[in-house]
Amino acid sequence: MVFLEFEKPLEVLYEQLDKLKQISEQGDIDVTASITDLETKIKNKLKDIYDNLSGWEKVQLSRHPERPYTLFYVQQMCKKFIELHGDRHFSDDKAIVGGMADLDGQTLMMIGHQKGINTKMRQYRNFGMANPEGYRKALRLMKTAERFNIPVVCLIDTPGANPGLEGEERGQAEAIARNLFEMAQLRVPIICIVIGEGASGGAIGIGLGDRVYMMENTWYSVISPESCSSILWHSWDYKEQAAEALKLTAEHMYSFGLIDGIIREPLGGAHTAPEAMAATLKAQIKRALAELKHLDPDERIELRINKYCRMGTFEDTGKIEHT
Amino acid sequence: MGWFKRLREGIQTATTGKKEIPGGLWHQCTQCKETTMMNEFKDNYRKCPKCDYHVRIGSRDYFEILFDNNQYTLLFEEVISKDLLHFVDTKTYPDRLRDAQRKTGLTDAISVGEGLVQGHGLVIACMDFSFIGGSMGSVVGERIVRAIDRSIQTKTPFLLISKSGGARMMESAFSLMQMAKTAAKLTQLAKARLPYFSLMTDPTTGGVTASYSMLGDINMSEPCALIGFAGPRVIRETIKRDLPEGFQTAEFLLDKGFLDFIVNRKDLKGRLADLLEMFKNA
Repeated sequence: MVFLEFEKPLEVLYEQLDKLKQISEQGDIDVTASITDLETKIKNKLKDIYDNLSGWEKVQLSRHPERPYTLFYVQQMCKKFIELHGDRHFSDDKAIVGGMADLDGQTLMMIGHQKGINTKMRQYRNFGMANPEGYRKALRLMKTAERFNIPVVCLIDTPGANPGLEGEERGQAEAIARNLFEMAQLRVPIICIVIGEGASGGAIGIGLGDRVYMMENTWYSVISPESCSSILWHSWDYKEQAAEALKLTAEHMYSFGLIDGIIREPLGGAHTAPEAMAATLKAQIKRALAELKHLDPDERIELRINKYCRMGTFEDTGKIEHT
Repeated sequence: MGWFKRLREGIQTATTGKKEIPGGLWHQCTQCKETTMMNEFKDNYRKCPKCDYHVRIGSRDYFEILFDNNQYTLLFEEVISKDLLHFVDTKTYPDRLRDAQRKTGLTDAISVGEGLVQGHGLVIACMDFSFIGGSMGSVVGERIVRAIDRSIQTKTPFLLISKSGGARMMESAFSLMQMAKTAAKLTQLAKARLPYFSLMTDPTTGGVTASYSMLGDINMSEPCALIGFAGPRVIRETIKRDLPEGFQTAEFLLDKGFLDFIVNRKDLKGRLADLLEMFKNA
């Protein structure tokens, strides 16, 4: 188990628990009571810590090395998944994956950022930072989905679009802009869920939908706390403050009307019970689909565009308009 | 040896009080360092008369250049910023806004004007870099949406002049969502079959480039403008080497296929009028 900085008090308790369990296995002394006691203690401590997470702590949780990624959820939720590769123009981006999936008999086009599970794979996946090809592959799959009336699900988990020479050369900005434009008019339901990091343009590039949800311990912002600290404070040391100032948690986003709901995580974060997390995610996707599927495509598109047009914080001739 | 020796080259005076466009009688070009008469510079569309460097100008300058007889109606000035996030970095956001308003005389980083360009009706939304780096927040997004609605109602083409460092950090995710908001709204303009011209000027980066700027039916730029997604500094830090010469310039983007053409500021009005004429006679 990997413990984050703010989880250190738990580490001690878990160590004690391990020792007790060893003693119990040796069978000489009955420690069942002590074990139950300690387990309750751990549960209380967990609740105590997790009920009061700061913005920065949630950012750390969203990046937890054991946190499940897109392909894990897809494989857990769907009976079948056929991955589809390539943007048909340049290459196959490894930081965004996609394909057709069978979710209890309903075909879906599943698309998502993908991070690697070890050092080698992290490099292979470019840390979940896609190039234009990734966004164009996503768009290609969405257009295919549209033609065959297949709903689209996008799982968002990226520290940002890749900032590199090649990305700029091949039109990173154009690729993201084009996705936003096309997703606004896509004739099938689009459901987006932030499952980890939701950083800026790289996230929203597959993030415009009829329903947008965030998992409890994720973040969504115009910029990462580190970069924000570097630009506004001219130092990397203000990331905690930046994380607070940016109000980037799911609770904030929901209270601002910028997302449609929060998906609860198991106590201790998605990584502590990944199967349970996948089941919750699946249930939420099915609920959203049920709400969206019966709508006429033109009506759904109008509702979608109107939803985004309401987003903003401004005043108009004295009267305050905000949602 | 003289009694006075310059220890460090260049001008050491702090640049805090520097104005974007210098007042007075003379204009010194930041590129070629040549000094010319201010009125000669102004008559040259605020480009350097010697090297043709396009100095960054504001929305009112563009309106003056483009609208016939400098006549236009300013729209949606009633939409103003609201600090819902209570954002504080080294300054509070309301203070930042007030400073920017006092400094520029503008209400936010975009202005919308409606008027005639060689007799053709046009709605122009134009960004101002002098207002918090031309950053895109809720007001920018809302004014663009209203400008597009205006275009649709009056069946008038739409020009958006971008000049921005990207999204406004002080509005966090609200700024981010303006990318989706403006792009989604542009699909309605497209459905109404009204032409959308996007002019990218120095600089156009970040979330602005990655939303409305790149979505023009016609994408154009002024010469040498910096246009990109990630800023040059960020890329340099990521790849840990210097960037090739001309990287992320208008000429680079034209070569890579992301611009229809580059237009000199003095030809901008004529080129727009030609396009408006051709789209009308389709």
